[in-house]
Amino acid sequence: MALPKQTFDAVIVGGGGSGLRAALQLSEAGHHVAVFSKVFPTRSHTVAAQGGIGASLGNMQEDHWLWHMYDTIKGSDYLGDQDAIEFMCRKAAEVVYELEHFGMPFDRNADGTIYQRPFGGHSQNFGERPVQRACAAADRTGHAMLHTLYQRNVRARCQFFVEWMALDLIRDHEGAVVGLIALEMETGQVVIFQTKSVILATGGAGRIFQSSTNAFINTGDGLGIAARAGIPLEDMEFWQFHPTGVAGAGVLITEGVRGEGGILLNAQGERFMERYAPTMKDLASRDVVSRAMDQEIKEGRGVGHEKDHVLLKLDHLGAEVIQKRLPGIREIALKFANVDPIREPIPVVPTCHYQMGGIPTNYYGQVVVPRGDNPAEPVPGLYAIGECACVSVHGANRLGTNSLLDLLVFGKSAGDHLSQWLKGNPQQRDLPKDAADRTLARLDRLNQATTGENVAEVGLDMRRAVQQHAGVFRTGQLLSEGIDKIRVIAERARHTAIQDKSQVFNTARIEALELENLVIVAEATLVSAEARTESRGAQARDDFKERDDRNWLKHSLWSMEGSRLHYKPVNLQPLTVESFEPKVRVY
Amino acid sequence: MKFSIYRFNPEKDEKPYMQDFDVTLQPTDRMLLDAILRIKAMDDSLGLRKSCREGVCGSDGMNINGKNGLACITALKDLKEPVVLRPLPGLPVIRDLIVDMSQFFKQYHSVKPYLITETPPPQKERLQSPEDREELNGLYECVLCACCSTSCPSFWWNPDKFVGPAGLLQAYRFIADTRDEATSERLDNLEDPYRLFRCHTIMNCADVCPKGLNPTEAIGKIKEQMVKRMV
Repeated sequence: MALPKQTFDAVIVGGGGSGLRAALQLSEAGHHVAVFSKVFPTRSHTVAAQGGIGASLGNMQEDHWLWHMYDTIKGSDYLGDQDAIEFMCRKAAEVVYELEHFGMPFDRNADGTIYQRPFGGHSQNFGERPVQRACAAADRTGHAMLHTLYQRNVRARCQFFVEWMALDLIRDHEGAVVGLIALEMETGQVVIFQTKSVILATGGAGRIFQSSTNAFINTGDGLGIAARAGIPLEDMEFWQFHPTGVAGAGVLITEGVRGEGGILLNAQGERFMERYAPTMKDLASRDVVSRAMDQEIKEGRGVGHEKDHVLLKLDHLGAEVIQKRLPGIREIALKFANVDPIREPIPVVPTCHYQMGGIPTNYYGQVVVPRGDNPAEPVPGLYAIGECACVSVHGANRLGTNSLLDLLVFGKSAGDHLSQWLKGNPQQRDLPKDAADRTLARLDRLNQATTGENVAEVGLDMRRAVQQHAGVFRTGQLLSEGIDKIRVIAERARHTAIQDKSQVFNTARIEALELENLVIVAEATLVSAEARTESRGAQARDDFKERDDRNWLKHSLWSMEGSRLHYKPVNLQPLTVESFEPKVRVY
Repeated sequence: MKFSIYRFNPEKDEKPYMQDFDVTLQPTDRMLLDAILRIKAMDDSLGLRKSCREGVCGSDGMNINGKNGLACITALKDLKEPVVLRPLPGLPVIRDLIVDMSQFFKQYHSVKPYLITETPPPQKERLQSPEDREELNGLYECVLCACCSTSCPSFWWNPDKFVGPAGLLQAYRFIADTRDEATSERLDNLEDPYRLFRCHTIMNCADVCPKGLNPTEAIGKIKEQMVKRMV
């Protein structure tokens, strides 16, 4: 079948923070760029980020990028690559100032500088005391940032394909990326985009969990696309459980609440974090706080009829601070928990929030795969940035505020690198003749199937299985049972049927395609987690309670073909400073 | 719970119709979006946009019992049955509850919704006092859901000429920003019998805004600035 075809220098898949930052860099450099997004760009999930962007501006107290770097490495439980972490922390101030110059409405200090608040795991002088490093716009930092970046792209006249879903990459016989196949939701039309390069910026896949702070659109499309194109997925066992999701609803309550002075209480009214993290207390890093909460609940000190949550108390901050610094949180608590935090505490539980793993890249955003002796050889023309990528700056556990920073730094870095790369690679490569065959076969199956599995039911079973078998605490047995379940679910996902066969804005078809991506991510997660027989960062194994640097100071790489695992070393060598050797993590 | 939902699929329906649904809810279903998703699980052909499910992305604007709002932050307990759901009024319907928002975004883009400066930026951040920054509160929080513009009769009559409340709110967001250096150009851009002055302070916009913002007030401030520069 002959599909319509369009041609670009670069195609960016995803219009969230990282995609928009990269688009800006490329558009302003004069390249012919297209940004694809399933939703209007300002509806991307970056919009839901609340607390802040980490950068050692030092507006509140003395701060230094090296301290930020140390905190990030320690937070990552030493699984983060130290070259990439140094790169990110050194660039942080520059990208935040740029964002301010773009018009970002940051909160301000009396002297007119950007307001910064404390956040979990961020410290002065290598862990001595908390530091105010999170550059904030009230508790709507992600919203303010995403809109600012979109606005700047409007100014740069970047070309958007809004409400298009990317389906597959096209690679030629040498493995170079030469095109993208995408579906226009409004018409149902499938189009081939011939391009010299593709940047995947599709965000995370937090929707594999039943209890998740993530938006419905976070279905790991970029990960599915990469995996189907033969790219391995890195460190997929590491999922961050945010300590404070609203109990029952899953909606996020920013760590900024604790940054501003909020505290966690158990059923006895005890500030239990003092026992688990004597120095940083409620501002220890997220994996530590989530495990402590889970422990309190397990030991019977949970709150409520089911004793299944703890309380986040902030009324002592006073109405003025809450209304000025945390207005969005108050709105969420009123709507989703039925409490006014000015008077009452918010019921919270650890909730899946962020995917530390993803498509393996270097700090230029180039997708890298093992080839021969080289564990990280760039794939020509392919980049990945933001939550869908694994650089890896977050390692086994991300620090709060480093995700927005990651979007800015690596969005810009990938844009710059690709801009240079295009100068050396000006030719469009030919598309293989069978470029779209496998994609069209998938769509045909969906169009033909009259009976089969219900997409919503298979999706629910998948989310339940992942929640039950890959939650805060894991065991080998739990995980291997989970793998069995997810393989059955994956098979069912290959046999879904949708009742709606129409072309115009067929959301049933979109959700069926999203499910195919989600189950790939779910299998990668369970298989990688089962194999890693240690506890590190967000992976807490009850049967292997200690971190095991001798055997496991390495990145997992899961390949879809045969669901195989291989490994590559962690880069402990920073760019210019001395290496931070793995130490026991105490907060 | 009983629902009556606007249905239209251009591939098979000659004209739109209302379809009734009776759905059993679970105790965890608090918001309208939860109920709609139960309906969609029964009938996968129901078309709607959705994403963040917490009122920050602006995807699921619709007309709920006659008033525009976001389904994900509209509590079920506050709704009278049958709950009548229609697409946002005044924009072309693509399918069911999904409207074509091109006109809305065109108006948004027309106000140059980005910071314009001549002065080269400093090495670090531009300084702005907390008081000056406070001027942006109630403006920058807009989620572009279009609930306001599609509840405005002036926008219904002249969607191609009247910027509408959402676009004007953003126009004022940049006029109010002490860092912006294009106030005069921005006012010129709006000084037109239609673009700004079609607002007749009916106040529907402020009444429906799911984020509690007040476009009418912002429009008033733009008009004040125009008067000020004439005298």
